[in-house]
Amino acid sequence: MHLMYFTEQPMSAYDEQAGRDFGATALMFSNEHFDPVAGSRLYNDYIEQYMLAEEVGIDGIMLNEHHNAPFCMQAKANIFAAILAGMTKKVKIVMLGNPLPLAENPIRLAEELAMIDMISKGRLVSGFVRGGGQEQLATGVNPAFNRERFEEAHELIVQAWTKTGPFRFEGTHYQHRVVNPWAVPLQKPYPRVWIPGVISKETIVWAAQQRYPYIALNTSIEQTKKIWELYDQVALQSGYVGGPENRGYLIQVHISDNEDKARENAKQFRWMQGEFTGLAHPVWSTPSGYGSPTNRRAFVEFAAGRAVNPRGNTSFEQQVEDLRIIYGTPKTVVAKLKRILEQTRPGILALWGNDGRVSQEDSLTCVRLMGQEVFPAIREIAKNLDLKSPFESNAPVHLKYSTDLRPAKAAAAE
Amino acid sequence: MAVDWASSTIEAGGTKLHVKRAGRGRPVLVLHHETGTLDDLPFYDALAANHEVIVPHHPGYSRSERPDWMRSVRDIAVVYRGLLSELKIAKPALVGLGFGGWIAAEMATMAPADLSHLVLVGAMGIKPPQGDILDLAVTGYIDYARAAFHDQKAFDRVYGAEPSVDQLEMWDICREMSFRIAWKPYMYSQTLPHLLKTMRAPAMVVWGDDDKVVPISAGKRYLESLPDAHLEIVRSCGHAVDMEQPEALAKLVTNFIGRE
Repeated sequence: MHLMYFTEQPMSAYDEQAGRDFGATALMFSNEHFDPVAGSRLYNDYIEQYMLAEEVGIDGIMLNEHHNAPFCMQAKANIFAAILAGMTKKVKIVMLGNPLPLAENPIRLAEELAMIDMISKGRLVSGFVRGGGQEQLATGVNPAFNRERFEEAHELIVQAWTKTGPFRFEGTHYQHRVVNPWAVPLQKPYPRVWIPGVISKETIVWAAQQRYPYIALNTSIEQTKKIWELYDQVALQSGYVGGPENRGYLIQVHISDNEDKARENAKQFRWMQGEFTGLAHPVWSTPSGYGSPTNRRAFVEFAAGRAVNPRGNTSFEQQVEDLRIIYGTPKTVVAKLKRILEQTRPGILALWGNDGRVSQEDSLTCVRLMGQEVFPAIREIAKNLDLKSPFESNAPVHLKYSTDLRPAKAAAAE
Repeated sequence: MAVDWASSTIEAGGTKLHVKRAGRGRPVLVLHHETGTLDDLPFYDALAANHEVIVPHHPGYSRSERPDWMRSVRDIAVVYRGLLSELKIAKPALVGLGFGGWIAAEMATMAPADLSHLVLVGAMGIKPPQGDILDLAVTGYIDYARAAFHDQKAFDRVYGAEPSVDQLEMWDICREMSFRIAWKPYMYSQTLPHLLKTMRAPAMVVWGDDDKVVPISAGKRYLESLPDAHLEIVRSCGHAVDMEQPEALAKLVTNFIGRE
């Protein structure tokens, strides 16, 4: 079991009322509400949380990035990854991940990631994402080619990492006449790639075809099971059997030394008006061409205010009931997490510990209890359930490095 | 007056196009907006009273299928040049509405001698010297469509006060195609103003006086670029002059290109 700490790095010092008045807290919500003095303090608070996470024995620190919004302060995940590469000694630096389609020059990403891998002495996990709809608009990238750019940038980066240069890359969206980066990853064949996601079936299928672990982001137990059903089906078609080493799960869990405080702090998971990414204009969060055409009708109805968000938005109580938000002392938290582990069998688990305006003191308490009490108990449970991480099971980095592939039929019979 | 329209699917250079035709007289190719087009519009009928009118649905818009390979508005212009050859139409008048105006202008630069007249109505395609072209990507479907009208009652007449889900879905499909071919720079070409100087045919630039989609400064830039052009302003009218004041626009067009 690989156990990680995650925070969205909330920009908690913004004027919430201004967001409500504007009606959205992303993309076009003015950065006049961004206070760099508070920003400086918060970035350093987050570094302190990460350093403590390493100190208390947490396996990995999960990083991500978003743009133009208070719900996440990381505008470039590679910057924090580089900081951690230099400041920490043991933790895995798990990027979930770099939004590939936003890159106009993926070779630059390949170089940055290779540098992070070398500086950290091989502790990089290099996840890749498509980036949310709003990220495309925030960076001026065409949403209609999002998936094509994702797959092509991935191909180019993997080539830059594994193929001896100089070589030439002539793609549909990326053309590079000289690829020859003088920075290649320390880990061979290349750093592990994990793919996080929420609802897109296409992404689950793609990840399974690559044999990359898929990290379900705060989905309900039922949704998570459906994701693994699809993943496993594609795994069989690809000649391998899916297992815990292919499965990751991120869940909102706040840990405290008393139940009441834990509950109060857990409510901060809904600090962005209950929306994952804040109050969103539907047309910004799902620009035309970004989503799957099968969801087109549902999204236009939602965008015109005639239907509920197909992505869903449930109450705090309901999310607690569904085990999508967990809070409490280590004992209660472990009992609830055990149910999730039994039912969804992941080999990678990330706890999103703190959000919104949880104080630095309470955040540090959460991280400490996570590392010292919750994770040791989870490790025992995982051992009993035989939930091995990709590291423990020495899983191949990509399908093409598999040594156990069988024809689809034989794999299905197993 | 009822107009007898014939619909057909015509292939131009491997691209299948939904095309509607009616009327007799000087051929007029009418190119619709980036919001696609309804099948029937009073403007088309009014034009067909005096001219042979050809209304293709742009590839990737409304009832024409999407060619995945297309990457620019110029690609559509070339396909339409192919459509004209297919229909054996020489020297047509081109009437471009908004985004369709950009396509018409591109077509004009490709064969400056093979058109009789060019009519650009609130045309995109040129970077407005003042102001910006309204951004589809950050504007809701209905808000965007409504922005093209000065009088919201005119919008209600065309689309209904509450456009159907089918209409919303169609706007999304059209949007996706616009992103595929006109994302950056957004809705203009940096070279078009220079290429337009090759034009010889007379041009008429028409703008609603309350165009909230394409600033009128773009119209003035068109006038500077086109060697033989004049400007007509339609009063109390938004961007979609064809849908808001169809009779007035049809009259301007007919007076400009002449009856036969």
